[in-house]
Amino acid sequence: MSPETGTLLHTPLYEEHLRLGARMVPFAGWEMPVQYTGIVEEHNAVRGAAGMFDVSHMGRFEVHGPDAARFLRHVCTWDVVSLAPGEGHYAAACREDGGILDDVYVFSLDGERFLIVVNASNAPKMRDWMAGHIADFGARLVDRHESTAMIAVQGPEALGRLDGVIGGAFVRSLKPRRCGETNWQGTTLFASRTGYTGEDGLELIIDAEHGTALWRALLDAGVTPVGLGARDTLRLEAALLLYGNDMDEETNPFEVGLDWVLTLDDGADFVGRDALVRIKDRGVSRVLVCLKALDRGIMRHGHVIRSRGKDVGVVTSGGFSPTLGISIGLGFVPPVPAGAGTRLEVDVRGKPLAVEVVPRPFYKRPKKS
Amino acid sequence: MASPPDLKYTKEHEWVRVDGDTGTIGITDYAQDQLGDIVFVDLPPTGTKVIYTQKFGEIESVKAVSELFAPVSGEMIEANGGLNDNPQWVNDDPYGGGWMIKVRLDNTAELDGLLSAQEYEAFLGESDG
Repeated sequence: MSPETGTLLHTPLYEEHLRLGARMVPFAGWEMPVQYTGIVEEHNAVRGAAGMFDVSHMGRFEVHGPDAARFLRHVCTWDVVSLAPGEGHYAAACREDGGILDDVYVFSLDGERFLIVVNASNAPKMRDWMAGHIADFGARLVDRHESTAMIAVQGPEALGRLDGVIGGAFVRSLKPRRCGETNWQGTTLFASRTGYTGEDGLELIIDAEHGTALWRALLDAGVTPVGLGARDTLRLEAALLLYGNDMDEETNPFEVGLDWVLTLDDGADFVGRDALVRIKDRGVSRVLVCLKALDRGIMRHGHVIRSRGKDVGVVTSGGFSPTLGISIGLGFVPPVPAGAGTRLEVDVRGKPLAVEVVPRPFYKRPKKS
Repeated sequence: MASPPDLKYTKEHEWVRVDGDTGTIGITDYAQDQLGDIVFVDLPPTGTKVIYTQKFGEIESVKAVSELFAPVSGEMIEANGGLNDNPQWVNDDPYGGGWMIKVRLDNTAELDGLLSAQEYEAFLGESDG
């Protein structure tokens, strides 16, 4: 079902959200929990202990076959062929002109079996787009979107809580950005040491019919359910991009600081490569920066950014940071001057809000002693 | 939380408490619950004339911004300065410490157009059903 039809999809954990009294909202065609008890309380649970998110709405595709790596290299900007089994990497998928179709995470399960996780809002588009490119490769696409549940467990205590639920040895075997599979209650459980909160933790994928049991086991282990509201405040503090807000098909990776997910020199002829090389040579006319308010007032998506009375850009993501106690945001401004310390103004419905460009990210988790 | 019986309410979820010719204005428990964690209350300066049914300020929660509408007309004689550093008082105590402004009432006849606690609760019952 598409969002336009008005029929919202339900994840395998839908009944759990209702049981927990979550406030449900439409998101990218899915009916999802925006909060259970309160956004700030849930935010703080992830920063201070451990929280879990139903992220089953995110698209999941496996790519099987001898050409699986070569196919994914063709549709992704990063050199995924170099992934060893058990490794993952963040990447983009671009149009021929370098515009970003989606930001994705690619995992190598073994040499001929890969997993690509895409945004919920882009899942139908990415399925069609990948299907349109796969014919020339000895590989096939397996849509795992509705046959599996996906749960992100995040926070300084996330790994500790997971120990007791899915096995300490397995949890400890997963280094950052690594993934693996284990057996959990008779079925295959995928886990990766990744996330979208700025905290340590794992993202788990399991058969839809085992989703509820896994969710409840995590609840019993003291992991706090967290909704989309806090997911947004957490990712914004970590300055992680949100597709549809901070980037879209008219945005190229250089503008949003995603140069590091481009591999332009490995000889691979991936979709968008030529355009990206040209953009790299030519430079960009706008860059995404981190903005921190210097006064009360909340910047939001769409607010105009001004410099000395002149419109220079726009806020792409904005809100209140529970950790910093002030408004923060991401926004496009001209490349010069955009350095840290640059003072700008955001037009908050006619009222000027003084803001400052600050280093990325806003929040970095404390190093473990 | 029950709506206090001594207040008057609007369908925009504001309340007013009348004491002589002074009206104290805030938002209801239902409103604060719908907004979620409140992080900023933007109020006009003392002396501003607020007008019945017109916008007098804005309230920002983590989720979104909402407008505040005056349930009565009058000159603003005080703002709740404590909300600057403690906007969460609106969540914690919407009918007490979370009050927003006090006005000198221009026209007490406006109060007749507002809802009683019982009428407001009936209105909430309809909109939830």
